Amino acid sequence: MLHLNEISKRFPGVRALDRVTFLAEPGSVHALIGENGAGKSTLLKILGGIYQPDSGSLIVDGAERQFVSAGSSIAAGIAIIHQELHYIPNLTIAENLLLGHLPHHYGYFRRRDAIRTAEGHLRRMGVELNPRAKLKTLSIAERQMVEICKALIREAHIIALDEPTSSLSHHETEILFRLVKNLRSQGKILIYVSHRLDEIFELCDACTVLRDGHTVATHQTLTGISRAQLVEEMVGRKIDDIYNYRPRSLGSTRLEVTGVTGKQVTTPATFSVRAGEVVGFFGLVGSGRSELMHLIFGAARARSGLVKIDGQPIRARHPIDTIRRGIAFCPEDRKESGIIPIRSVTENINLTARQRAGLRGFFIDFSREFGVADRFIQRLGIKTPNRRQKIRFLSGGNQQKVILARWLNLADVRVVIMDEPTRGIDVGAKHEIYNLIFELAERGCAVVVVSSELPELIGIADRMLVMRDGAITAEIAREDFSEHLALSLALPDEQAA
Amino acid sequence: MKTDTSPEPKVAFPPSRPDSPWRQVLAFLLEYNLVVIFLVIFVALAFSVRYFFTVQNMLGLALSVSQIGMVACTMMFCLASRDFDLSVGSIVAFTGVLSAMVINFTDNLWAGVAAALLCGAIIGLVNGVIIAYLRINALITTLATMEMVRGLAFIASHGQAVGVSNADFIYFAGSSFLGMSMPIWMTLACFIVFGFLLNSTVYGRNTLAIGGNPEAARLAGIHVERMRVVIFLVQGVIAGLAGVILASRITSGQPNSAQGFELNVISACVLGGVSLKGGSATISGVIVGVFILGTAENVMNLLNIDAFYQYLVRGAILLAAVVVDQQRTRGE
Repeated sequence: MLHLNEISKRFPGVRALDRVTFLAEPGSVHALIGENGAGKSTLLKILGGIYQPDSGSLIVDGAERQFVSAGSSIAAGIAIIHQELHYIPNLTIAENLLLGHLPHHYGYFRRRDAIRTAEGHLRRMGVELNPRAKLKTLSIAERQMVEICKALIREAHIIALDEPTSSLSHHETEILFRLVKNLRSQGKILIYVSHRLDEIFELCDACTVLRDGHTVATHQTLTGISRAQLVEEMVGRKIDDIYNYRPRSLGSTRLEVTGVTGKQVTTPATFSVRAGEVVGFFGLVGSGRSELMHLIFGAARARSGLVKIDGQPIRARHPIDTIRRGIAFCPEDRKESGIIPIRSVTENINLTARQRAGLRGFFIDFSREFGVADRFIQRLGIKTPNRRQKIRFLSGGNQQKVILARWLNLADVRVVIMDEPTRGIDVGAKHEIYNLIFELAERGCAVVVVSSELPELIGIADRMLVMRDGAITAEIAREDFSEHLALSLALPDEQAA
Repeated sequence: MKTDTSPEPKVAFPPSRPDSPWRQVLAFLLEYNLVVIFLVIFVALAFSVRYFFTVQNMLGLALSVSQIGMVACTMMFCLASRDFDLSVGSIVAFTGVLSAMVINFTDNLWAGVAAALLCGAIIGLVNGVIIAYLRINALITTLATMEMVRGLAFIASHGQAVGVSNADFIYFAGSSFLGMSMPIWMTLACFIVFGFLLNSTVYGRNTLAIGGNPEAARLAGIHVERMRVVIFLVQGVIAGLAGVILASRITSGQPNSAQGFELNVISACVLGGVSLKGGSATISGVIVGVFILGTAENVMNLLNIDAFYQYLVRGAILLAAVVVDQQRTRGE
């Protein structure tokens, strides 16, 4: 049995976990749910020995344990399968599985022994994979299985899966579920972190809900628990509150996209957005929604198609061209493509504005930039000790606000494209970002929001476009919004059933 | 914007109390520790090594690092944008040979200088275009051009030093103003110009942004490819200028000069705290880096230490500096 008792953990300025209690039984799958920032990953990191709790105890099979490092957690039979997997792409499954204790004879690698051992492990796990295959040739689901198998070789009996299905197809998810159920029947303790409630109901036996670092509820069984109840426990209020939808009057057509195609967007995409309108884009990972936004912004080369702003066609060969015409873009991966981590908040806010204005834009007007930075820090409530702080020390929500400030700083933004604007952001900051989205729309901007969180789109969009397999397949008006409809339109045909 | 509706706990940053003088001194030391360490060593050397702190020796020291100093300015931009340039040593040698040949042919100093700068610009442009647009690794690209340009230097000169008798040419690097020779003035000018470019212009800040996160810079509307080409092009021009000055100092274009020059320049930058991961650089650091290298060599010469040991010491200093820097910035 695994018992996390009254675990607390503080980070500078944030109480990540406040007396969280979590109990999981052998032979069961225990769900750990909560919104982003609720403390799920902190709890997993404490379990994995990466963080040490400030107070509280960790009891494994009746004995209190203290994990000072990841190694001591592994030694205690705990395995955490992270979203990002750690493997060596160019080595075979057998080598990856046995890494660190490869069978050898005076240093000479005994490949045949390795393959035989790996084969045995894979068979015992009920997975059909060729141990000679290199990891890079496997699908993500298969790589995940190798990772789980690695945990079993180390004789882990507590296995935590952190959002394992976030990049799996429907079919791959089923394979993973079969494996998880198999492990449950072997008496392992499984912890399943996900925000996909359907999966929770399908797979899990028990459920613990976290919110803002607290344990909100623990359900020893999921029978009789409704989906709505879990959602309310996670969010802590009626959902509509955080979106605070504000109806607006719409202007004329601002953004007009006609027949745009690219690498993933295989079917010509055509849609338009009016001034003051918020259009949501929904689709699964790989449906082409992010690529379409890159194509419109000029960050990827379109194979064909035309983009018009206020009736004027844009030839977008580089983001510079589209920025000049009034398109703003908040990329999906903030850390990889949004922020300049080691530069200051001020520089990150002013990055785009300072590119303009011809020759005079060669010199920097520092006092103006400082003024701009201070104004936005105050107006958007960006939590930073001062404007000189390196942006990487800010939380995700505040980083996103800085990126928004970068665009708000431009006087003539007409179209705002946001790809997953609230990913990894806590509820409070989310609320503020939704407010900003409405503010932009009220200013007359055409706003496009891409999200994989349906409730979010249902909460804020005036209209929703659904993408599937590189095509815009459906349009849903606000009065017809429903999770079921959007999801069934987004899933590929063979999975819709 | 109503921030008070936020359920997120209010972040409490420690109130910024007025720092005590000692605390300020400590913060200053940490921030500028390289400069301070250098100054301390410098003062110590001034008192302990005979002839070190004399006008003549100081000018000699400055002259000895003048070429490295000039090119370190542009190398700073190159490294700050997460790139790398190994070809500068070869450019120095080739443009030296080229300018000597052009001057012998035309008997005009400025034709030689123009040829060297143009040639440096072309090589830099080639580097930049290959790296930025064809997306070839900068290390490999400039390793290749380093070999090729060195080859060109030998081919053009038939492997021989190209002597110059033009008086203007010898006067070019030999002349002095207010007691300091021309190369020192030029290096000083480079420090000022490139320091200004780095700190106060969009060009400099964009360079740091690109080094900090190229993709984010591109999506924010910076023309990343063009910037990288310009950085390499400017680097080529300055290397060309260094080539002429070096040739003028030794009154001939030597195809085998400036061997290992690129590594000294990169060492100076790294000593000066320029991150090889890109995104951070200071001109004061680079100046100190250049002078640490120059001072070490100068002192060893004054102490009559065998030149062979100087390699050992240079490497050790570099290693020590980066280890210290790594410790200092750990956890950032």
